[in-house]
Amino acid sequence: MLKLSGIYKTFNKSTVDEKVLFSGFDLSINKGEFVAVVGSNGSGKTTILNIISGDIAPDSGKIELNGEDITDKKNFVRAANIARVFQDPAAGTSPSMTIFENLSIADNKGGRFDLRRGLNYKRKDHYRELLSVLGMGLEDRLGTRAGALSGGQRQALALIMATMAKPSLLLLDEHTAALDPKSADIVMNLTDKLIHENSLTAIMVTHNLRYAVEYGTRSIMMHEGSIVLDVSGEKRNSLTIDDYLAKFNRISIECGN
Amino acid sequence: MVGIIAGIIQDGLIYGIMALGVYISLKILDFPDLSVDGSFPLGMAVTTYCILHGIQPYLCLIIAFAAGAAAGAVTGLLHVKLKIKDLLSGIITMTALYSINYTIVGKPNEFLSVDTATVFSVIPKNTPFGLYNYRYIIISFIIAVIVKKLLDWYLKTKSGFLLRAAGDNARLVVTTGKDPGKVKILGLALGNALVALSGALNLQYTRSFNVSAGTGTLVMGLAAVIIGTSVFGKIKHLTLTSGVLLGMIIYKGCISLAMLAGLEAKDTNMIVAVLFVITLVISRAKKKGGEQLC
Repeated sequence: MLKLSGIYKTFNKSTVDEKVLFSGFDLSINKGEFVAVVGSNGSGKTTILNIISGDIAPDSGKIELNGEDITDKKNFVRAANIARVFQDPAAGTSPSMTIFENLSIADNKGGRFDLRRGLNYKRKDHYRELLSVLGMGLEDRLGTRAGALSGGQRQALALIMATMAKPSLLLLDEHTAALDPKSADIVMNLTDKLIHENSLTAIMVTHNLRYAVEYGTRSIMMHEGSIVLDVSGEKRNSLTIDDYLAKFNRISIECGN
Repeated sequence: MVGIIAGIIQDGLIYGIMALGVYISLKILDFPDLSVDGSFPLGMAVTTYCILHGIQPYLCLIIAFAAGAAAGAVTGLLHVKLKIKDLLSGIITMTALYSINYTIVGKPNEFLSVDTATVFSVIPKNTPFGLYNYRYIIISFIIAVIVKKLLDWYLKTKSGFLLRAAGDNARLVVTTGKDPGKVKILGLALGNALVALSGALNLQYTRSFNVSAGTGTLVMGLAAVIIGTSVFGKIKHLTLTSGVLLGMIIYKGCISLAMLAGLEAKDTNMIVAVLFVITLVISRAKKKGGEQLC
């Protein structure tokens, strides 16, 4: 469903800081896969997400989603099918707007933003239901500004907003990295649950090897712009955190929380 | 004394509409839009031209509104499409508007004779209860309240939600599948439209056009927005837009007090600058306290 072929990307071209990151990078992801991507800093994990979402343009190469060539499409056009949750909990919500307002915006994705009333009262009960699953008590705080929530609460809200419209592809960019260990676990469990319930295809970049082992259906390890490990199924299930570490022993990876 | 207070409220209401425009660009979009220094006199210039050409005074307000929207859209296009910095985009539009405003009127100063019909003429001389004497304040109040109510309503629509999200977190707009650039252009158009509307109303009140009348518009609007949001922002059941209107009235009151205390017209810009720094410092001090709580 997602196919990257022959991706080339060089940063700071023709300067002393020139860095060739990708030269002929290929990646194919099937529908329903939940891919965990690990790798050292600078291995290109986040850049790949940015190339998929359209925030960074590759120097050359082709990106296909659901059989359609989206290489030249802008990020907000791609967003119709691709949702994303960022590392920064502030990035997924509008801080000065209430939870109800934020959910109403996310719920209207793909629809027209015209002069009809912004708040979606018809779906209020549905929003409450979505929030009650979190067990954070947010269902009774629909009128609270998103900016007043804790990092974990905001990220949980961002996750619900991102998956609401059932995107073809969900990109998770170290979305638990800025949270305390407990909140990170809660958000990670919620992520897994939402991906399963909505049968989403997802790519999760993470520095947490434990998450890469425990969650997902496929693991990819990246190093300096190439894939050094790509496992799924039986083979993946037999791997432990130590196996990943051994494979990457010379690259510093923060292990677990 | 009553006359002075009425004058302050009167001025505050007319300029308050301008402050609502600044509120959109500055507070909602987080865009320090200097083009308002040009779109305020643009509203005056368009109205001078229209009134002198016999166009109905209320229609003049709508035409000025549209002209302001066009000016704001230009600033937005400069910023979004040509990637010029926000402050600079506004300065460019403001500079160009000086020539445009001059061209529209044809000279740097113009006056409307006292018997020219304006929006205030709907209250004729023989109206009972002496309402005629209060016609300026009544009409200004009605127009300011209508504008405020319409803005409140707009900010609660789906389009308004997107505008608020664009200033708060442009990424969210992208995630929603919309172009944040377009939303920004729309917001700047709306902001400048209100500023030009305020200029149009001001022209019909003072009956005099001066091509340099826009100097300091942004700073004045900023001061009102900061007073409005920091002083009245915490009061329940009072919308921020009402706070901004009240902020402008307070601002005008401060200026009047300074004048009564013996300062001259030439000193106003200095008072504006000092007042502005004071409100900025106060609002920042408040903000810091708020952040610590979070």
